[in-house]
Amino acid sequence: MSDHDYTPTSKVGKWFNDRLPLLTLANHLTDYPTPKNLNYWWTFGGILTFCLITQIVTGLTLAMHYIAHADMAFESVEHIMRDVNYGWLIRYIHANGASMFFLAVYIHIFRSLFYGSYKSPREIIWIIGIIIYLLMMAAAFMGYVLPWGQMSFWGATVITNLFSAIPLVGEGIVTWLWGGYSVDNPTLTRFFTLHYLIPFLILGLVVLHIWALHVPGNNNPVGIDIKKPSKDTVPFHPYIVIKDGFALLMFMIVFAFFVFYSPNILGHADNYIEANPMVTPAHIVPEWYLLPFYAILRSVPDKLLGVVAMLSAILILAVLPWLDTSKIRSAVFRPLYKQFYWILVADVLILGYMGAMPAEGLYLLIARVATAYYFLHFLVILPVLGFKEKTIPVPLSITESVMGGSPNLATARNKESFEKSK
Amino acid sequence: MKNLIKLSYILSFFFLSTASSFSAEKVDYLKTDWSFKGLFGKFDRGSLQRGYQVYTEVCASCHSMKYLSYRNLGEKGGPEFSEAETKAIAASFEVIDGPNADGEMFTRPAKLSDKFVMPYENVKAAQAANGGAYPPDMSVLVKARGGGVDYIYSLLQGYEDAPSGMALDDGVHYNKYMYGNKIKMSAPLSDGLIEYGDGTEATVEQMSKDVTTFLMWAAEPHLEARHQMGFKAILYLIILTVLVYFSMKKIWSRVESEV
Repeated sequence: MSDHDYTPTSKVGKWFNDRLPLLTLANHLTDYPTPKNLNYWWTFGGILTFCLITQIVTGLTLAMHYIAHADMAFESVEHIMRDVNYGWLIRYIHANGASMFFLAVYIHIFRSLFYGSYKSPREIIWIIGIIIYLLMMAAAFMGYVLPWGQMSFWGATVITNLFSAIPLVGEGIVTWLWGGYSVDNPTLTRFFTLHYLIPFLILGLVVLHIWALHVPGNNNPVGIDIKKPSKDTVPFHPYIVIKDGFALLMFMIVFAFFVFYSPNILGHADNYIEANPMVTPAHIVPEWYLLPFYAILRSVPDKLLGVVAMLSAILILAVLPWLDTSKIRSAVFRPLYKQFYWILVADVLILGYMGAMPAEGLYLLIARVATAYYFLHFLVILPVLGFKEKTIPVPLSITESVMGGSPNLATARNKESFEKSK
Repeated sequence: MKNLIKLSYILSFFFLSTASSFSAEKVDYLKTDWSFKGLFGKFDRGSLQRGYQVYTEVCASCHSMKYLSYRNLGEKGGPEFSEAETKAIAASFEVIDGPNADGEMFTRPAKLSDKFVMPYENVKAAQAANGGAYPPDMSVLVKARGGGVDYIYSLLQGYEDAPSGMALDDGVHYNKYMYGNKIKMSAPLSDGLIEYGDGTEATVEQMSKDVTTFLMWAAEPHLEARHQMGFKAILYLIILTVLVYFSMKKIWSRVESEV
């Protein structure tokens, strides 16, 4: 923002801005030059901001009525659903909001994978994003524990038990996490505390994420560096604001459909049974958005290695900018990567499906193959592809590709020489 | 726009695949027309009132409903008994209150603000009276079972003689919709078991439907309000989306790019 010259017109504005340049910031945000060819996959950043704010606002309201105590949590949720004015609405928005948040974040991440948005000079934006994603999973997991239903309790037991796989100190760590010798009231109260804290950490990281984005500016579907501002860019306001707004409204329609007409379809029925340490549910399944990682965890026969595999599956994303050796960002110009990209999407969906199935027989076999492929993609295919792949020449500017010019530079040049020869 | 269609295609694929994965052990439940399903779904008031009668005359001797209060029976969107009827229902139950000024507990007729009286003092007492099985609380039972209303409706009608070769312990019954087919609850309903106040014939099927409707309301007391608000909210969003779409087109027409 240092390159940004802005002087407020009013005297008061100038006086204030000299002391705290909030008006410069506001001006920067409205003028921010954005590539004009961003497609709808780029609207999910705004949608995610909306999701975060929604979760914080509904969460604060729920916290006013929720009681974090093993004997009262389940009852207090029913109190919210029955007796608090519009409590059912707030809780269903919050519960489905978590699913919507993850839906949007997965689209956001896969958009980045397709268009190579994680590559230089945007590595820091990407890594902050991965940290946000990790925190989201922690927040969602702990939030799911709060209603203190059967899946809350047993999900918490299974996930916290993973730490016992750590050699020597594992058992001690689990006891420390639980605040006792099993998941119980101390676990619930600390999960509530952390569930309250994490969204604000995320909020702070989102600010950094956007700040880091505003240094190099947005990537774009063509994946080339552009001059800013130029013919290739539009100011953020009103162009991107209205487009993001339109996409957000479409998203809200889907969101509203879940909240009003299928509020429980994404949850598990067992979570409407109050937690009972004496009765284990037939299948302990996490929420849908954690299923791919759950499948990876279960596909490794050894507990410790399973945990390592699951964590690596996420952390591998953090080093992605260095695993992908290709200089070309957008998959549009990488015919082979494009195919491997869609195979990866299918692979993750398959993993998600297997995570919901019992870990046995054919399910387990498929989950193992899919797990192996997941790591193969990042550790072998991506690094090799950068050297081997024959890419399509990229256009010189966005305008060239937007104006119906062929994205293929070679043909564009041919056309030019053809026209000259006429 | 093409991208949006692609997007919605991928989303629906994903949600359908995950949603169906949760119901992997699918059984074909008995089907009936539920008035509360669909965009404008509402409870059938008569069915709710009859369902309450089935609950209170049959189920309530073992199954508690601890999150409901008598006042709920008269509230909008529920069975909507009149205020006098609701008060009379409440007054027909005895609750323990106190301690009074002398430090004694005493019984009095229930008031609208009281929770439904529990059939047993505690879980242990309930288990002791039912051969070790705890009759689950029915407040959110419909939401706590995978098949929801269809499951409950089927279960109530699913009692049969055990297939030959299947040995049942004493006090265990065969039910073709129960998980594992063994259930400790004996068939709770039989034709003509109760006499409906409104003259409806009390067949097992009818009672099953009525009581399941009642349980659905008990689990989702604000279902009608939710459907009504949902329709308005989505309609509002669609109109706004269309308006914003055209504004967007107008604004972007200044740029040589498509949206």
